[in-house]
Amino acid sequence: MEFIYYFGDVFTPINFGLLLLGTIGGLILGATPGLSPTMAVALLIPFTFQLEAAQGLILLGAAYTSTVAGGAVSAILLKIPGAPANIATTLDGHAMALKGEGAKALQLSFLSSAVGGVFGVLLLIFLTPVLAQWALAFGPSHLFWLAILGVTVIGSLDSASVVKGLLSGCIGLWLATIGFDDIMGAQRFIFHPSLGGGINIIAALIGLFAIPQVITMFAKGRKNDGNEAIQVQKHPIKSAVSELFRYKRAMGIGTITGSIIGLIPGVGGQIAGLVAYDQSKKFSPDKDKFGTGHPEGLIAAESANNAMVGPSLVPLLTLSIPGSPTAAVLLGGLLIHGIFPGTDLFDNHPDVAWTFINSMLIGQILMCIFGLYVAGMAARVAQVPQSVMAAIVLGLAVFGSYSVQASMGDVYVMASLGVMMYFLERFGFSAAPLVLGLILGPIAESNFIQGSMIATATDGLAPYFLTGALNLFLIVVVVLSVLYSGYMELRTRRYTSKEEIMG
Amino acid sequence: MKNLLAGAAIALMGLTQTATADGHANYPERPIMMMVSYGAGGATDFQARIVTMTSGNEDALGMPIAILNKPGAGGRVGWNWLAGQAEADGYTLGAYNVPHFIAQSIKGGVEYSAASFEPIANWGADPAVLVVGKDSEFNTLQDVVDFAKANPGKLTTSGAGLFVGHHIAALQMEKAGGMKMAYIPTKGGGAAAMKAVIAGDVMAGINNLSDGFRAAQAGNVKILAVADLERNEFLPDVPTMMESGLAVDNASVNFRGVMVPKGTPQGIIDKLAATVPTMFENSRVAGKMKAGGSPMHVMNRDEVLAMWAAREETLKELLAGL
Repeated sequence: MEFIYYFGDVFTPINFGLLLLGTIGGLILGATPGLSPTMAVALLIPFTFQLEAAQGLILLGAAYTSTVAGGAVSAILLKIPGAPANIATTLDGHAMALKGEGAKALQLSFLSSAVGGVFGVLLLIFLTPVLAQWALAFGPSHLFWLAILGVTVIGSLDSASVVKGLLSGCIGLWLATIGFDDIMGAQRFIFHPSLGGGINIIAALIGLFAIPQVITMFAKGRKNDGNEAIQVQKHPIKSAVSELFRYKRAMGIGTITGSIIGLIPGVGGQIAGLVAYDQSKKFSPDKDKFGTGHPEGLIAAESANNAMVGPSLVPLLTLSIPGSPTAAVLLGGLLIHGIFPGTDLFDNHPDVAWTFINSMLIGQILMCIFGLYVAGMAARVAQVPQSVMAAIVLGLAVFGSYSVQASMGDVYVMASLGVMMYFLERFGFSAAPLVLGLILGPIAESNFIQGSMIATATDGLAPYFLTGALNLFLIVVVVLSVLYSGYMELRTRRYTSKEEIMG
Repeated sequence: MKNLLAGAAIALMGLTQTATADGHANYPERPIMMMVSYGAGGATDFQARIVTMTSGNEDALGMPIAILNKPGAGGRVGWNWLAGQAEADGYTLGAYNVPHFIAQSIKGGVEYSAASFEPIANWGADPAVLVVGKDSEFNTLQDVVDFAKANPGKLTTSGAGLFVGHHIAALQMEKAGGMKMAYIPTKGGGAAAMKAVIAGDVMAGINNLSDGFRAAQAGNVKILAVADLERNEFLPDVPTMMESGLAVDNASVNFRGVMVPKGTPQGIIDKLAATVPTMFENSRVAGKMKAGGSPMHVMNRDEVLAMWAAREETLKELLAGL
């Protein structure tokens, strides 16, 4: 309960001002395509040089929280996921916006972000010591199986056909091999210097999601049929809240999946949203509605990606190991003030630690309030005529992919992947499984290589990968997931006529 | 945004570029960019941001330095870019990590070597340390050596990657002790390698002194030895490997500093070489570096040139057998 003593510190004029600044700035940065939470926090670090430790962290914590949520804005309205965390948000969120429910989608996304986020921070406050042990339990073999578990959902994610889903997953896995391999330093498929660092995930996201859409919009030409723009239905906040409570299951699955996955160093943030989306789809009676603008999918994805924020800081705050790139940047923000995370932080600087954590709690709520306020206005973006919209999105896509590391190479990668995806989409392939392959490939590969090196030096491959409670548990889940997909595929076939399959 | 602003500033200045026949007396006339070949938040990035924070002062360069991250493939992407694509006009600097980039160029597959760059000054020296988990049965370097000798190839030891300082230290330990270890390179740099030690995924690890110091402060690891010529001020009680009987010198120490691509005008190199070391010695910089547990070691251009040459020789010999 120690944290309650430090709540007052959050509300001093300067601290609260910084909190507001971080939250509003974070929402704007998060909504800008290409500016991932990591980038946003890194951009703010120089400002914290001048501030006191607790103040600097308030700014960084608030920015981290609200950039994650702000990413939903461009994901929903423009179908550009600003960071891997927002991929799953695009699936149903953008479909809702197309139906004219942009305002509702934004409201739901900020509300579920806040619920997930508050839960995640509460976990951070109350269960940190327990969670730290859990975060350490995942060694290379477990992370390998976890990545394989991710691969098993590729087939069923956002595609009409399992085969096409798996094929796009394979393309993603192949794209992931491009560049210098990070462990051995081998060069693979580098035909151009801009591919040396591999495919940058942010550039790929922007290209794969936004460009096919831009091409489609341009392809329509300047038809003056009057209904080029989408109408935006007004949606009262009160009914968004009651809607949220109607989908308690998606909310719960999203929050819990996000919190658990967020903990795991090196994996967490990128796949929390996608896994939560997939899980809530499996447990939902309205499976078929997912992907067509169903609020459940949006709620699961957004509650998961904000629930992950709190737990993702556990390894950093307790063990001094940054578990994600954003945590690594926050570590810099602590070190610059001579504060070492770990026991030192909680024993000798409890004011800094708890003010920081409390500010994230308040930040979640502020983020929700400002988000809801913005939602009504932002949804009007959908009213912009499509021909104008296409140009704006294209501009943002180029800006976003260039700004990741100030490199034209990333723009080329973004553009070529985008054009490729346009043609793939015409044949019924989908971007989400492709991106999942791109994210999971390196995780599976590097952990397998590392695990097998450890295994050959100790007791051999089979005992290392196939024994131990956690390994066995993950293997069972993988098998179940495969069986479930097979069963669902068979069942759909039985109920679908031959024509429909061919079509 | 800083990068973008710097980029925009550079583009504007390009339009109004005047003849530079004045021997570069007015250099720098616009903000300077420094490429860091590791991601935001890494130790190199963190230190680069601290040591360049005073460059806008009148007694330093009088112009700010913006950091540009080009991470990937253990630094190869950024250094390839600096050697091949960056403009050698004095407005593009790069951060170096020795022995990393020299070792990579010896192993091949990259477009640079030590001759592709001109050093300006060195700001930091982060020695490699040998760490084990807090509950490990190893308490001294001798325990580790005894185990490795009795069980060849069984001592799993994590490090940040291949051909980085940690790997060099492991190779030197094997050579000096006449033993075989199982070096496990991790993806995700020193943090992932440290996590492997704390979680018990591996039996030992070689890591940066700064990260090891922090983990030891937090009570998560024991530091058994430092791979340097003398003990470090952060860890006065930890012996060097040489003191413990293993002939490992300072070839694995991670030196960080500033360089420019070859072809940069000599006048600019001279000006930078004269100004940058004093900029590093600024008391604010030193204070922030010390607070962050990052050991400083300022060296001027001539000292760095000598250090590069010495490293290249040692590394060629060490890596010849691989």
